[in-house]
Amino acid sequence: MAAGNSRVVLITGVSRYLGGKLASLLAADPTIDRIIGVDVVPPRQDVGRTEFVRADIRNPIIAKVIASAQVDTVVHMSVIATPFGAGGRTAMKEINVIGTMQLLAACQKAPSLRKLVVKSTTAVYGSSSRDPAFFGEGMEPKAQFRSGYGKDSIEVEGYVRGLGRRRPDVDITLLRFANFIGPRIDTPLTRYFSLPVVPAVFGFDPRIQFVHEDDGIEVLCRSVTEHHRGTFNVAGDGVLLLSQAIRRAGRVSVPVPSPAVSAVGSVFRRAGLVDFSPEQVQFLEFGRGVDTRRLREDFGYEPRYRTPDAFDDFVAGRGLTRYVDPERLAKAEHMVLSGVERRRVHA
Amino acid sequence: MPEARVIPLDGGSPARSRRAERCGDIGPDGKRCRRNVVAEGHCDVHLAELQEAQAQAVVPDWEQKLAGTLAFLRRRVTGDYPIDDYGFDADLTENVLLALLRPIYEKYFRIEVRGLDNIPMEGGALVVANHSGTIPIDALMTQVAIYDHHPAKRHLRMLAADLVFRTPIIAPLGRKSGSTLACNEDAERLLTSGELAGVWPEGFKGVGKPFAERYKLQRFGRGGFVSAALRAGVPIIPCAIVGAEEIYPIIGNVKVLARLLGLPYLPVTPTFPWLGPLGLVPLPSKWIIEFGEPIATDEIGPAAADDPMLVFNLTDQVREVIQQTLYKLLLQRRSVFF
Repeated sequence: MAAGNSRVVLITGVSRYLGGKLASLLAADPTIDRIIGVDVVPPRQDVGRTEFVRADIRNPIIAKVIASAQVDTVVHMSVIATPFGAGGRTAMKEINVIGTMQLLAACQKAPSLRKLVVKSTTAVYGSSSRDPAFFGEGMEPKAQFRSGYGKDSIEVEGYVRGLGRRRPDVDITLLRFANFIGPRIDTPLTRYFSLPVVPAVFGFDPRIQFVHEDDGIEVLCRSVTEHHRGTFNVAGDGVLLLSQAIRRAGRVSVPVPSPAVSAVGSVFRRAGLVDFSPEQVQFLEFGRGVDTRRLREDFGYEPRYRTPDAFDDFVAGRGLTRYVDPERLAKAEHMVLSGVERRRVHA
Repeated sequence: MPEARVIPLDGGSPARSRRAERCGDIGPDGKRCRRNVVAEGHCDVHLAELQEAQAQAVVPDWEQKLAGTLAFLRRRVTGDYPIDDYGFDADLTENVLLALLRPIYEKYFRIEVRGLDNIPMEGGALVVANHSGTIPIDALMTQVAIYDHHPAKRHLRMLAADLVFRTPIIAPLGRKSGSTLACNEDAERLLTSGELAGVWPEGFKGVGKPFAERYKLQRFGRGGFVSAALRAGVPIIPCAIVGAEEIYPIIGNVKVLARLLGLPYLPVTPTFPWLGPLGLVPLPSKWIIEFGEPIATDEIGPAAADDPMLVFNLTDQVREVIQQTLYKLLLQRRSVFF
């Protein structure tokens, strides 16, 4: 409907999986004149006719790009979740918070800007024992944040709201995504579930919500091509318990007592496998659920994958070896039952 | 044999000559079945009935149980079971958790349940009960009472304190058995989605009160449960539980240690901690759980949830009903243990 409005789109974080996917999807849309992708490394996947600008969003170049290209839509998706690629927590915070500040400062100065789409996360709600079963967009986190992705994202959202106050003419869509999952995307959680032996916090079994990568990209794409002002939780229907997810992936879970988790976590971190920040550990204890009524009713998008289906698609798509094979189990069950039956018939 | 008989009688029309054999089984109306035989001297309907009856008669009970158990284990191991939004695992609750609680319900506390017809067959409703017993076993027993004895086999979704979700092992069991956090958002969400929720508004003040104050209702929180019921427009069902007060009589409270451990109270009973783990065995009191007449809220309207005076009054009304029922049941009770 508002397609005529969107002509020049700038995407930050275009070299990462979701950014690249979004760019290639928008590139196929003839109503969009130009797509400019910004990142510090060139994209590895095919991004179609997207023009790549190698820049750091902390650099003033970004303001020049926005001004000279008359960018009217900025999609900010370069807030990073783990300190891995960034080279440490300090650098991660620098990229996330200072980068967003610089980008938003440039946005505020750009008269051509009409729309800002920000990819945020449901980690802003934290995880604690005092959480309601489902967080609505208007609720405050109950957990205490020390540092990490959730804390960064809260600060990022704060700056986004600040821009919203100073530039009320700009439509801001703030998308809070649950944990991404799918056959192609690589996140700390997909790496976690790919471990042959999955560590879990002893005595806890959190509820987890997933959003399938295809649903996520579709929501991002519609935010650019349609008008959706406001904040939206994006997650697949339903929840999985961590133990259930591990079983569905055919993995074996190892309960680690909560005081030992940080020690085990640092081993994994050093091995470059999975990030076990304190925030992540809290998530593995208490989990999180978000309400997606607003996404359905106001945004008008019905996620195609429910949480369990999204997870199953991830397991199937990755070709994870299910150490506990359901087919073999079913066969064994059948064998036992038919054996019993045969004995009865012969007797 | 039939053909040998039919052909010489009527050599005319082939349709008649091939007159099919009738089933002849006697139906429920007492008449003989006139349908044609398909096999073994029975028509299709009666043959299927017979085969089903045979199959059921021959397969012994233990084999069916074995099949059920194996299927259950396979579902558990492969994670192939549904979980509702709050983490409620009906498969586990029905097959394991309730089965573990049932002997305690039936044999140990010999619970008598009354007024179950006050719980609707379907749709949202809020059960409000008194809380006692040091360890909230009363909530679990109420859940068993409703699931086992209500004709609709409804699950009581308990609204629990955050301590439950903070404690290892208890936390996942709580969610899997259908509990969720006692907060307005969850209560309202459960009730509007047509669930039967249970709340113990006295909270720790009730469950951890000294033995001398038994059956004296404590303050009913801030009346949050009333506003949740009002917003959802569901009836409030008062519930009185007699017998739970006597399972662990609290004669003392080690407040300093409780604070150190982050617990709301640390009870001293005649047996705990003196007898060690043996002190954890509850006294076998005889229980009565009575559900009272529902208090309708749909006529008052959801706007009333923002009227504190009305909410206070309704809270008091519910509290008074439960207190009166407790006194009535105590008078009827012959002794604590029988």
